[in-house]
Amino acid sequence: MSNQSLDRRPWVLLSPALVFITGLVVIPMAFILVYSFYENIDLAVDVPAFQFGNWQELLSDSYYHTAIWKTLRLSLIVTVLAAALGYIPAYVIAMTQYRQKWLLLLLLILPFWISFIIRTLSWIHIFGNKGALNGLLGWLGLIDAPLQLMYSEFTVIVGFLHVFLPYMILNIYVSLEGIDRNLEPAARTLGATPWQAFREVTLPLSMPGLAAGSLLVFVLTGGSYVTPLILGGPSDFLFGNLVYDAIVTELNWPMGATLAFALLMLLGSVVLLYSRLMGMNQLAKAFGK
Amino acid sequence: MMRVWSLLKFYTVLVYAFMFAPIAVVLVLAFNSSQFGGFPIEGVSLRWFRELAENEAIIRALRTSVVLGLLTALISTTLGILAALALVRYNFRGKNFVTTFLISPVLVPETVLAVGLLIFLRWLHMPRSFTLLLIGHSIIALPFVVLVVQARLIGIRRDYEEAARSLGASPIQTFFEVTLPLLMPAVFAGALFAFTISFDNITATIFWRPSGMETVPTQIFGMLRNSVSPEINALGFVMICITVGVPLLAGALARYFSRKKI
Repeated sequence: MSNQSLDRRPWVLLSPALVFITGLVVIPMAFILVYSFYENIDLAVDVPAFQFGNWQELLSDSYYHTAIWKTLRLSLIVTVLAAALGYIPAYVIAMTQYRQKWLLLLLLILPFWISFIIRTLSWIHIFGNKGALNGLLGWLGLIDAPLQLMYSEFTVIVGFLHVFLPYMILNIYVSLEGIDRNLEPAARTLGATPWQAFREVTLPLSMPGLAAGSLLVFVLTGGSYVTPLILGGPSDFLFGNLVYDAIVTELNWPMGATLAFALLMLLGSVVLLYSRLMGMNQLAKAFGK
Repeated sequence: MMRVWSLLKFYTVLVYAFMFAPIAVVLVLAFNSSQFGGFPIEGVSLRWFRELAENEAIIRALRTSVVLGLLTALISTTLGILAALALVRYNFRGKNFVTTFLISPVLVPETVLAVGLLIFLRWLHMPRSFTLLLIGHSIIALPFVVLVVQARLIGIRRDYEEAARSLGASPIQTFFEVTLPLLMPAVFAGALFAFTISFDNITATIFWRPSGMETVPTQIFGMLRNSVSPEINALGFVMICITVGVPLLAGALARYFSRKKI
């Protein structure tokens, strides 16, 4: 076998996928930027132009600034809560001697197979006026009128957490699983307390997983718009909802393109920051499992 | 020490309960005979499943979703298998870059991906259509298929192929008679994953679907505007049975047969 033919074959195999991604992701992304300079004339009517009207509106209107702030704030809240909720289960699954460990892992993957919209709307059955919580509290005689919990920032956060938590747990689990089991006992023999051994050995070694999970949860939350539409009230919108409104409701495509590109830059800078700090390998690892 | 461990286990149980309690509630409420899709439970009945079976809009949406999911699986698995083969079987310059490039669609927020493709194809005078949904879903599923298939491929040894070649099989023959049968579990896993991703997608689908065309998630989304109708619970029950039951059954069967063979 000559080296020449060895070199070409992988590219033949790769070319369909590479062409597909280039044509349908990379070029359209560049095209959004071009389209953001177009001018909107009427509903769904726009003309090619090179003007900064859309960008000016984005930069000057405080409505958009509020949306950016809300998006970053909510994404951060969801990420921190997911890490707080997810670390301990990941640790328990990684460290347990329980023979049916595969079952715990299977249960973590199971939610990925269950419809996102069903999982999201299921919270209406928990927190709604006719939901389980109000039903229980009423039955116990603790409340006279149902608590108004639905369609608030709280339910939006719970909805996001519910959907994104498995990503966080799996990422942390993958990095905990890779740690040498002898390290913590070694630290203990050298005189560390259990807590010290965890804090100074296990926790730092699991940081890549925690960081990858956090990145995923942050970016996935920041790019959403469906969850606030289902579980949120009128004031619970994210930047993605503005994109949805511009394209689907107002039919203002150039503004939609401008907002979409702004969202891409906003979340893209978070990804870039992450890849500078951590590299991209950890993410691939978590998905492959 | 043991007490701390018990606390951690208890916490884990609570987190699992948080993940599954709402789903259990949907499953239970599907059988509630009450007019409203909520508590209290007034009686057990299959009424909402009957109404579901007679709801033409939902049946149509289900058909669209299944066809879309199958075609998405076909496209993204074909592309994904080829790419994964290249990544696992060959060493070449720029491999790291290619790997990152192949998973890059995951890193683009789906909303942005949806708007980009929509506007680009509109510029090419291709309005919203089933085709747009199909290629869109395929691009969303592709990175996941590549990663899943790649993970499976690493486990397949090359000895069999080399043996076939040394016994005189052509490369094409070797691929179809040796490599592909060995690949089948990976193909199947990738296709199942792609189908699930397509079947479940709503974020991008709302942007891409032509007016009048509904998939199951967009149909449910449209029905949610007023309140959660009990039919949605019944539909949720059916969907969970399909999307959870089928892969579990497939996995269990695969395990059973592979054991039998040995």
